[in-house]
Amino acid sequence: MKTVRLFAVLAAVCLMTLSLAPARAAEPVKIGAVLSVTGPASFLGEPEKNTLLLLQDRINAAGGILGRPLELVIYDDETDVNKCVLAVDKLLKKDRVVAVIGPTVSGNTLAVMNKFPAAKVPMISCAAAEKITRPVNPWVFKTPQSDRQAVARILDHLRQAGLSRVAILTVSDGFGQAGRAVLAEMLPAGGFTLVADEIYGPKDTDMTPQLTKIKGLAPDAIVCWGTNPGPAVIARNRVQLGIRTPLYMSHGVASNKFIELAGEAAEGLLLPAGRMVAVEQIEDGNPQKDVLAAYVADYAARFGAPPSTFGGYAHDALALVRAAIETSGSAEPRAIRDALEATTGFVGATGVFNFSPEDHNGLDPSSFVMVGIENGAWKVLR
Amino acid sequence: MTAGRGAGNLAALAGFAALVAAAPWLLPNDYYLSTLILAFLNAMIVIGLNLLLGYAGQISLGHGAFYGLAAYTTAVLTAAHGWPVGAGCAAGVALTAAVAYLISIPTLKLAGNSLAMATLGFGLIVHIVFNEAIAITGGPSGFVGIPRLALFGRVFESDLEYYFLVGGVLVLLAWAALNLIDSRVGRAMRAIHTSERAAEAVGIDITGAKRFIFVLSAAYAGLAGVLYAHYLCFVAPSSFGFHFSVTLIVMVVLGGMASVWGAVAGAVFLTVLPEFLRAFEDVETLLYGAILVLCVVFVPQGIAGGASRLGRALLARLGAARRPHAP
Amino acid sequence: MDTASLLQYLVSGLTVGSTYGLTALGFTIIFNTTGIINFAQGEFVMLGGMLAVILGQALGLPLVPAVLGAVALTTLAGGLVERLAIRPARGASPIQLVIVTIGVSILIRGLVMLLWGKDTFALPHFSGMRPILFAGAAMLPQSLWVLAVTLTLLAALRAFFTATIHGKAMLACSHDPGAAALVGVNVRRMVLASFMLSALVGAVGGVILAPLTMTAYDVGILLGLKGFAACILGGLGNPFGAAAGGLILGVLEAFGAGLVSSAYKDAITFIILLALLFARPTGLFGARSADRV
Repeated sequence: MKTVRLFAVLAAVCLMTLSLAPARAAEPVKIGAVLSVTGPASFLGEPEKNTLLLLQDRINAAGGILGRPLELVIYDDETDVNKCVLAVDKLLKKDRVVAVIGPTVSGNTLAVMNKFPAAKVPMISCAAAEKITRPVNPWVFKTPQSDRQAVARILDHLRQAGLSRVAILTVSDGFGQAGRAVLAEMLPAGGFTLVADEIYGPKDTDMTPQLTKIKGLAPDAIVCWGTNPGPAVIARNRVQLGIRTPLYMSHGVASNKFIELAGEAAEGLLLPAGRMVAVEQIEDGNPQKDVLAAYVADYAARFGAPPSTFGGYAHDALALVRAAIETSGSAEPRAIRDALEATTGFVGATGVFNFSPEDHNGLDPSSFVMVGIENGAWKVLR
Repeated sequence: MTAGRGAGNLAALAGFAALVAAAPWLLPNDYYLSTLILAFLNAMIVIGLNLLLGYAGQISLGHGAFYGLAAYTTAVLTAAHGWPVGAGCAAGVALTAAVAYLISIPTLKLAGNSLAMATLGFGLIVHIVFNEAIAITGGPSGFVGIPRLALFGRVFESDLEYYFLVGGVLVLLAWAALNLIDSRVGRAMRAIHTSERAAEAVGIDITGAKRFIFVLSAAYAGLAGVLYAHYLCFVAPSSFGFHFSVTLIVMVVLGGMASVWGAVAGAVFLTVLPEFLRAFEDVETLLYGAILVLCVVFVPQGIAGGASRLGRALLARLGAARRPHAP
Repeated sequence: MDTASLLQYLVSGLTVGSTYGLTALGFTIIFNTTGIINFAQGEFVMLGGMLAVILGQALGLPLVPAVLGAVALTTLAGGLVERLAIRPARGASPIQLVIVTIGVSILIRGLVMLLWGKDTFALPHFSGMRPILFAGAAMLPQSLWVLAVTLTLLAALRAFFTATIHGKAMLACSHDPGAAALVGVNVRRMVLASFMLSALVGAVGGVILAPLTMTAYDVGILLGLKGFAACILGGLGNPFGAAAGGLILGVLEAFGAGLVSSAYKDAITFIILLALLFARPTGLFGARSADRV
């Protein structure tokens, strides 16, 4: 008799545990990320990582995704392609994530892209190269605009200012190479004359030889394509040499760090940038205003400085995956992929995304605005 | 003596081959296979570099460039010119060896730090060409579309197949290196290391021997390079820079100079180490540097030397424990 | 090609070249005492610049105390490197010691990255940023600082190694440590002094360069590489050769970028360097053979 009662109690306890289990510890949604947090591209990867950590806390504080907690598995590829391949393998085979954010740089993205159709897991790259989404790989998306859209903005501005003879000065890394290729193609096609095509190294500390050569060719404008600190050196060298030719930069320097490094030499420089650099100047009624204001404020509160444009790439990647899981009601990789491809009108930090089976980037040139630097601050040009 | 060492070598080789063959079943996860493949590729280069540095006493800071030269050659020939993969690989290794032969003519007249600078300069120039010859190499963002390795109508599609291929090649290369060391050339090499003048006095063709080892070690790097290109199906200049050449030297020294097994151990250790340190995130770089320093301080003979000393010490202790029972 | 441009290339080349030369001077001191190439030399230069920035920004020190503090702290760091990494490895072969210095350089980089992040920082120019113009070429006052400090350090080092008992004792350590010890030289103390001295020289370079080139945790890699090349080009162990080698490298790069191709400027420089090296294996100004690894 005693034993029967004991069994009954045990059975009751077991049943209760079973029925409570799912509610108490919901299986987390595991999303992976491979970012270049250290190494040459750390200026991209670090704000991306910070942004993901920020969003993870924000999402989990709001009850997670589909009521399940979000678990991010973030690996640093050190901007090294071998480490990136290993990290992606680890995410796909060991951590079994449902989606991967990153890699940060184009080269690493191109190196690992083909693993995703085989693993049937979607990847949302934070790198800009056009080759990532053209031709479309069904499992691969990207959040940064293509360089083509930034160059289109610069060309519009050049045309309005009546400038036609253009010199370009690009950095010899993946970012500069991509910009140089697009500039070399779009400048002649747009009726401009390319008068000089100069290169500098990512670690170079003096670009006066290149600028002296460019000065001798008397162009109407100079376009520089690079990321900190090179363009700051170029801005300073330009002032040193007394060059008055307008200098256009790329969106790669759209952060306050650039103004800090270039100092007074930054005055009057022009560049295409995301709206993030000057949130307070966004026109009222623009849907991005609220998204950006919240992101910039949260980021600055947690990390002590406002985010750079690059953090926005990771912001949008995670926000897109989250939205895809919630609209499809499933955290299965294929469901996420299908929902991503069907996403339209999604307001992100970088722009408004409209994905389709033919377009896995989903942005147009309106995600860039032209900005100038006046009195050490960004000024949106209209 | 020689026969005894030959037998010892064969036993070690068989043991290593068995370990390589068993590894996939000992690993907790498939993911570790890709780490081991990269580690074995590095081990191939380091065996070759150890022949040059550890046995012949000649330094090279240009082996990253040889590795890259072979990788890019087969990449361009197979992906852009439609060569069969086997032919691309052969061409990659052959071109690397030819380039090594050409640069060995002026370079090997130098010694010590001048030799280090010359090979370093060669490596930097090759790296700049990878970066700037965008039309051929794809530039800094890399070269895509390299086919997977296919030999004799067989495509090595899965990581497991590739692992066995790379492991097999590594065992063969280790075997070849062990044989070489015990050959006439091997003795000549060690004579050069000890004293070039003495070696010359006993009639050793110093220039010829040095050049042979230099070209051979470049070919080792070349073979690893083509296997790398057809494994990753992507190559970028950053994998073949100055930094990598220095890492290779560190692998030789940490593994143990003048030891084939030391080379393998050094390469595997330093390739796998960052994967373990990854959990430490921001402290990773710092730990890696500290471990390098501590290794040299505490295991100055390298992993191979340390292991054999440990082995001898254990044997001696066993012997000492057994001796009292003897009459 | 007008003369103003040519003059500008020369001025730019000399400015960049003196950054290489300054780094190269530090290599000379440790090489002359221990016979090893210190791969962490570029890190000493980086530490000088970074510490000056940190002392200035975080502690709000004015420029002069920040600079002096940075030099003092880096010198101390040089001493720590010797005591904690080089001395425990005594008995190791030269190449093993080189590996130790590689480890140390990675460790210092990792530490700076951990403490102060990966951002680039700028230090204020010592004498303003108004360029000095002559014959159509423009030069920043900071470039004159760099040139002047390079020449001063060079003269001081030459005097130290040729005219002082300590300098000669250091040289003796590298020629034959055993014999040096026999004649009463404290070899260990000399090695410690050489690391501190070369850290000091590196730090002086670092703080002088930082306004011009800006600084970050990883600037030491390239400076170390170019500094090593400058040493070999000039002749290892000879401070004059190191400084001259640096200036030659800088000028070659500037003219290569300006007249031939900015994409291949480093390749052009290294091809010329290799040609010179094959013609004179001991460097342009090197007398004694330098057959160490």
